[in-house]
Amino acid sequence: MSDHNGVPLLDIDTLTVHHGQLRALDQVSFRVFPGEVYAIIGANGAGKSTLLRTIAGLHRPTSGTIGYDGRDVTGLRPERRATAGIVMVPEGRRLFGSLTLEENLLVGASRARKGEWTTDAVYELFPWMRDRRTQRTAQMSGGEQQSVAIGRALVANPRVLLLDELSLGLAPVVVRHIYAMLPRILATGLTVLLVEQDVSQALRVATHIHCLLEGRTTLQGRPDQVSAAQVEAAYFGLAHAKER
Amino acid sequence: MSWVNALIQGVLIGGLYALFACGLSLMFGVMKVVNLAHGDLAVIGAYIALGVIAVSHVPVLLSFLIVVPAMAVLGYLLQRTVLQAALDRSVLTTLLVTFGLSVVIENALLQWKHADSHSLGVNNSILTGSFTIGSQIEIAYLRLMIFGVAVVLLLGLQYFLSRSKYGRLIRAVADDREAAQLAGVDYRHVFGIAAAIAFGTAGLAGIAYGMFGQFGPTAGTDTILLFAFAAVVIGGLGSLWGTLLGGIVLGVAQQIGAQISASDQLLAGYIVFLAVLVVRPQGLVARGARS
Repeated sequence: MSDHNGVPLLDIDTLTVHHGQLRALDQVSFRVFPGEVYAIIGANGAGKSTLLRTIAGLHRPTSGTIGYDGRDVTGLRPERRATAGIVMVPEGRRLFGSLTLEENLLVGASRARKGEWTTDAVYELFPWMRDRRTQRTAQMSGGEQQSVAIGRALVANPRVLLLDELSLGLAPVVVRHIYAMLPRILATGLTVLLVEQDVSQALRVATHIHCLLEGRTTLQGRPDQVSAAQVEAAYFGLAHAKER
Repeated sequence: MSWVNALIQGVLIGGLYALFACGLSLMFGVMKVVNLAHGDLAVIGAYIALGVIAVSHVPVLLSFLIVVPAMAVLGYLLQRTVLQAALDRSVLTTLLVTFGLSVVIENALLQWKHADSHSLGVNNSILTGSFTIGSQIEIAYLRLMIFGVAVVLLLGLQYFLSRSKYGRLIRAVADDREAAQLAGVDYRHVFGIAAAIAFGTAGLAGIAYGMFGQFGPTAGTDTILLFAFAAVVIGGLGSLWGTLLGGIVLGVAQQIGAQISASDQLLAGYIVFLAVLVVRPQGLVARGARS
């Protein structure tokens, strides 16, 4: 399945999640190794966000386990997972609207692990922030808010950064701009697990892709090992595309 | 001149009402809990003060040193257990639970203390005195002091919420508790802290109420909770300064009502309360960002 021999940072094993009666995820398994950019792709309602939220601890799985750094974190509360190093940038950004930009970052840093990401490091990554740090985030543009949400997650010094639909509601130019800083984040040793509806964007940045269709895995592989036709088939479920 | 006097007395009593209301406002602003037992908690604070004074003979003005921490601990514990369990079900459940809590407290007090009224006697001759301005306006030092305590408390709370680390976490959790969890913040603990502060202010309100007049086991819902609600609604939910303004408007309305006819005192307050609900349901001070 993977050509790694090391210890996986995330080990998702036969994860099944229900929303009431609906089975949102059906026996999904995969492993994410340190330094990877692991992209979950799929159409609307495929279960991508559910998967990410379950890994962050916001949903309880019906069955299956979530391993992190060699231990089982399936029963851990979301705040404990965050302090352990699994930090999510939630869909829709979810900033603290009545707080200033800097206060948002300080809340992110309030239970931080030790590491090189500080508010100053975030201001270096996004230089515009320094001048506007006393502004309320509610008054900022979507792209700016997304950057603040990323900064708020970074200052917690995660080992695994979960990015949920960064591109949602943003202009393509802005999306490209935000993804452009991914290499600099990765350079600090982070591992990224991201969910993206924009497949071409995901293929550009990912080291590994994983396609979901109606809660089931339809394709896994490295972007250079899968063909556009395979991705299309897996994405829309035209044929039963299986792993090579 | 008697109208001016009514205005001044109303403003001063408004400070007491703001003291009643600020804990109620804080708990609603942070965890969306409408604490129907808030008035009864203030009464518990007054009874604790009564007990502390009887046992240790400390002056009534210092009783808050024991009452406020005791109420804060009670607040943290209740929030982490009963109230959190209710919140985990639904916000509506918290209404039922705090209503039940109110019934339990009042009946326990009736069992234990009967329906007797008490007051926290002030032996300090300065505080029982008053000074006069002109011939019509007489200002009691006690009322002035309670007003001052209310203003200082609200200033302190405002400073705490806007400047301190825990204040920041309280505001963050009030905005979006799930996002706070994702940032590693245990919102249950933060809720506990907010409840501790709210209960502490209720204890302070109870002492002020006991010094101001008589209290019995049912004063919590008869008077304190009603006035607190009126002050919060008039001022605007979730705004501390709105709470002070709401208390003052209620106090002034009551005093002006009493000026017209002694029996119109309460009625006048509630007429203003209803008028604000109809004309400006969000309160006089629309919810600012500060909760």
